[in-house]
Amino acid sequence: MSDQHTNTSTTAPGERLIPIPGQTIGPFYGFALPYPGGENLVDRSHPDAVRLHGTVYDGHGDPVPDSMLEIWQADAQGRVSQEPGSLVRDGYTFTGFGRVAVDNVGHYDFTTVNPGATEDGKAAFITMTVFARGLLNRLFTRIYLPEDQAALDQDPVLSSLDPQRRRTLIAQREEDGSLRFDIHLQGDGETVFLSYPNHRLDHSA
Amino acid sequence: MAEPVVSSDAAANSQAEISADMQEIQRSYAASGVLETQPRIDYPPYRSSILRHPTKDLHHADPETIELWAPAFGQRDVHALEADLTIQGGGEPSGERMTVRGRVLDGDGRPVRNQLVEIWQANAAGRYIHKRDQHPAPIDPNFTGVGRCLTDADGNYSFTTIKPGPYPWKNHHNAWRPAHIHFSLFGTDFTQRMITQMYFPGDPLFDLDPIYQAIMDPKARERLVANYDHDASEHEWSLGYTWDIVLTGSHRTPTEDHTDV
Repeated sequence: MSDQHTNTSTTAPGERLIPIPGQTIGPFYGFALPYPGGENLVDRSHPDAVRLHGTVYDGHGDPVPDSMLEIWQADAQGRVSQEPGSLVRDGYTFTGFGRVAVDNVGHYDFTTVNPGATEDGKAAFITMTVFARGLLNRLFTRIYLPEDQAALDQDPVLSSLDPQRRRTLIAQREEDGSLRFDIHLQGDGETVFLSYPNHRLDHSA
Repeated sequence: MAEPVVSSDAAANSQAEISADMQEIQRSYAASGVLETQPRIDYPPYRSSILRHPTKDLHHADPETIELWAPAFGQRDVHALEADLTIQGGGEPSGERMTVRGRVLDGDGRPVRNQLVEIWQANAAGRYIHKRDQHPAPIDPNFTGVGRCLTDADGNYSFTTIKPGPYPWKNHHNAWRPAHIHFSLFGTDFTQRMITQMYFPGDPLFDLDPIYQAIMDPKARERLVANYDHDASEHEWSLGYTWDIVLTGSHRTPTEDHTDV
């Protein structure tokens, strides 16, 4: 086997580097990563404010009290923000990024807006990363809005899943307009977690 | 191999039992002929992983617009002094002053510019500022163990801190984590998001640690170990470590960096 790493300073143009491994977030991120206002992509008083909430469960169906979640999404018009200010919110700028630590019963709340579709006819979704003590690497998933059935039917990820698994990626709209999205790390109703093309280089012979 | 576990904090097994499990997994990995450079998420020697890993394969997705971009962070978000963890209290923290610096690169070797790097760690005695950490080692009133910085235009980051101590945990009886600094990283697209741990060279706890050993490929494990770099040490001041970080490849072509969104 050739020596494929680690001296990045001698990398030739075009050569793919092997990514470093992930590790668990562990139990002690609470004093470091969550920050005031992290869960509020918009203020609750914003006219289009939507509550996105749910619970993280383990393989026994018990809530996971030490998980951290991040979301990243377009604004209501489907625009991708490149504005800084996610860590120190000014209350006006939509940055599209949110971070929250679940509470003692595994529940989380974000305040955000319904994302618009980023391309005409595409299904609108929020992308999410899941971190937890006991989870050795981060997980990616998508939170689809439930309304646009035609777009959902044409979505390449959703249409490649059987109906039972597909349901795990579609948020439920509650009566008050909130979005409900539970995360099942394992077991009944296990959430579909995603890998992207450049992740597959992680496991090549 | 994975007998029922009462609680992930039960500390029911001995190090010898955990080590035997880890060696058995490593043996079967070596026989498989497959290269695995990321940790297994299903790794029973790390007890709290047992109920917290998906059992179904990750589902392939081609990234779409939002996933091809990452959040932007700037000087509004991060003050330059947050990169120095030794000046956050009223006085000097205890322990071995050190710097760690390196570059954040994507899988194509391109620097990740002006992007957020967050770290957190135990103090020199191996104690975190966290309610869950109640082991009898002193809290340092001059050390929070939290830092942030933005990479520069060449992807460089740098932190000044105190070398963290190893600490006990309850995975099994007499379990100790190798000393480490947690790193949280963003790339230029969200699919590159990751959290990992940086370790120190020559740590005698490596072979005993199920979090480190969950990475099957030995060379991949070594990518998490910083280098001691004497040129980065400063006379009568601090010891220097260097550690380069390679993220997965961006899915966005470089020309897209200049399109309006």
